[in-house]
Amino acid sequence: MNSISEKIVENVCLKYEYDDVNLLPILQELQEKSSSRYISEEVARNVAKKLDITESRVYDVVTYFSALSSVPRGEVIIQICESTTCTVNSNVELKKWFEEELNVSMGETTKDNRFSLIYTHCIGACDISPAVRVDHDVYGNLTREKVKEIIDSRRVKR
Amino acid sequence: MNQVHYITELFEKYDGRNIDGYLKNGGFDSLKLLLSNGIEKTVGEISASGLQGRGGAAYPTGRKLKQAREAKGERKFVVCNADEGEPGTFKDRELLKRNIFQVIEGMIIAGICSDAKEGIIYVREEYKNLHDDIIKAINKCYEKKFLGVNLLNSGVDFDLKLFSGAGAYVCGEGFAMCESMEGKSGRPRSKPPYVKQEGFLNMPTLVINTETLSAIVSIIKKGADSFKRYGTEKSSGTKLVSISGRVNQPGVYEVPFGVTVRELVEHFGGGIKDNAKGNFVQIGGASGGILPEKLWDTKYTYENLESRGMSIGSGAIVVADETNDIVKYLKVVQEFFRHESCGKCTPCREGNRQMKVIFDKMIDKTVAEKDFYRLDVVLNIMKNASLCGSGKTEVDPFITAKMYFPEAFTIKEVRIEFPGNDEEEEAV
Ligand SMILES: Cc1cc2nc3c(=O)[nH]c(=O)nc-3n(C[C@H](O)[C@H](O)[C@H](O)COP(=O)(O)O)c2cc1C
Ligand code: SF4
Ligand code: FES
Repeated sequence: MNSISEKIVENVCLKYEYDDVNLLPILQELQEKSSSRYISEEVARNVAKKLDITESRVYDVVTYFSALSSVPRGEVIIQICESTTCTVNSNVELKKWFEEELNVSMGETTKDNRFSLIYTHCIGACDISPAVRVDHDVYGNLTREKVKEIIDSRRVKR
Repeated sequence: MNQVHYITELFEKYDGRNIDGYLKNGGFDSLKLLLSNGIEKTVGEISASGLQGRGGAAYPTGRKLKQAREAKGERKFVVCNADEGEPGTFKDRELLKRNIFQVIEGMIIAGICSDAKEGIIYVREEYKNLHDDIIKAINKCYEKKFLGVNLLNSGVDFDLKLFSGAGAYVCGEGFAMCESMEGKSGRPRSKPPYVKQEGFLNMPTLVINTETLSAIVSIIKKGADSFKRYGTEKSSGTKLVSISGRVNQPGVYEVPFGVTVRELVEHFGGGIKDNAKGNFVQIGGASGGILPEKLWDTKYTYENLESRGMSIGSGAIVVADETNDIVKYLKVVQEFFRHESCGKCTPCREGNRQMKVIFDKMIDKTVAEKDFYRLDVVLNIMKNASLCGSGKTEVDPFITAKMYFPEAFTIKEVRIEFPGNDEEEEAV
């Protein structure tokens, strides 16, 4: 598990002028730099110190927003939509395909810490539902083969 | 009945990314008209068009701009609401993707009309794959002097930047949005004062939807009358609808108000998949009403939907067919709100927990008459006592479903209850 050094926290906070108004983009940027895609206790503490705010304020924000995580996750995050359109169009098969391909159940991370498979709410891709998000890429109208392709292309770090 | 291209006029005319393409097709003409005609006349034109906010609350846009101008503050802000969090909605996505410059032009116009010098486009994190292109478009506008100090030599300054949400539905609400931009967990504040008086950094803030901004640009260019030619007296103009679910042609369509829901499903949506029979649609997002197939001849207008206990909302139309069960559907809606409730006020936080207990029983078929009674009580409290629009409107799908699918809320089999086996509420 890699950790974000104090130096990196320092640089990001500096970029945002140590202004606590920018807490959300600061945390998003730091999480983006973390290969385990989360805000560790150490990072939270360092951010609080640099911005001169309480640690609990940082945790309040980290735990409130779905895009932020306080626990380590896989390097690649796969989110299957479970909102209205995607359930009307049944996302059950899609979920099964990803579970089979990754050999994990929903909510889990693969043993090599490469992939996390989780549910999400509507990602605004209902027109190609059932929809899935792999990091920043959005896919829909998938087949079993395409699921395999998507995962294979990300099995190793690029 | 064909699609209209009033707001979406340029969708097919350029790639939506290249500022020269936008300029060639009359881009920024509306801004220039504003600079030559003046604020009063321009806002008058928007008022005359009858445009109502497309974010869900349907507040008259002309009036909103006027009030924003009157608000006093050291700094003033305009925020483009591109948080688009209502499940089933993806029309703002198309506006951001296929004509971002129109949205930016709308922001500059809204800024000038409301005397604000700082603008923010608040884009949901789920649209991360669009963020870079939006930032590039903003930079292009600076380069060409449509943004910044003394833009187009008008003596007016206006700055614009993008802010990324972080995956919270409630942040689409004005105050919650401001809180999140201030580096806090995005929870609504109590009113008054209102966002327009004390919003972002406690300064006057005009929060306005992406589609509303796009419509403003088209209306200024083509005139209020051209907009009013579409729609009905109370529902002026056109609307972007997101049609999805069990239809053959899901997508975003610009339609005049007054088409029927059936036309939306069968004509624009291309009919139900696999020739199945329609069951119901949910109109306006997860917080929208449920309209059964037998009422699909209802006209798609603010007034007609109101008479059915629902509203236009975000413009979402989620279509369900005979294979989709209403109770299971409502359970999905319920899960959404239980997850997204920010927890600040008791009616919505606890109401959602109680609803979960009841819906679990409905799915398990262990529900009792008193559970339905309790459901009524919970819905009533949520509707009347919730702090923000989320709690107040999320009851609508359940209330309308009870109205139109009463059989789903009655007990079919007699169930024997054993003494001392009374269900317990979920612990808090
Ligand atoms: C819980 C909640 C979520 C909302 N989400 C959105 C949204 O995603 N997009 C939006 O434009 N308006 C949303 N709104 C409505 C906004 O608060 C606001 O009314 C709107 O952005 C104003 O713009 P308009 O006048 O152009 O409609 C939401 C409101 C509530 C209460
Ligand atoms: S109604 Fe729900 S979302 Fe709104 S403030 Fe109350 S708990 Fe939060
Ligand atoms: S409901 Fe799944 S992407 Fe919108």
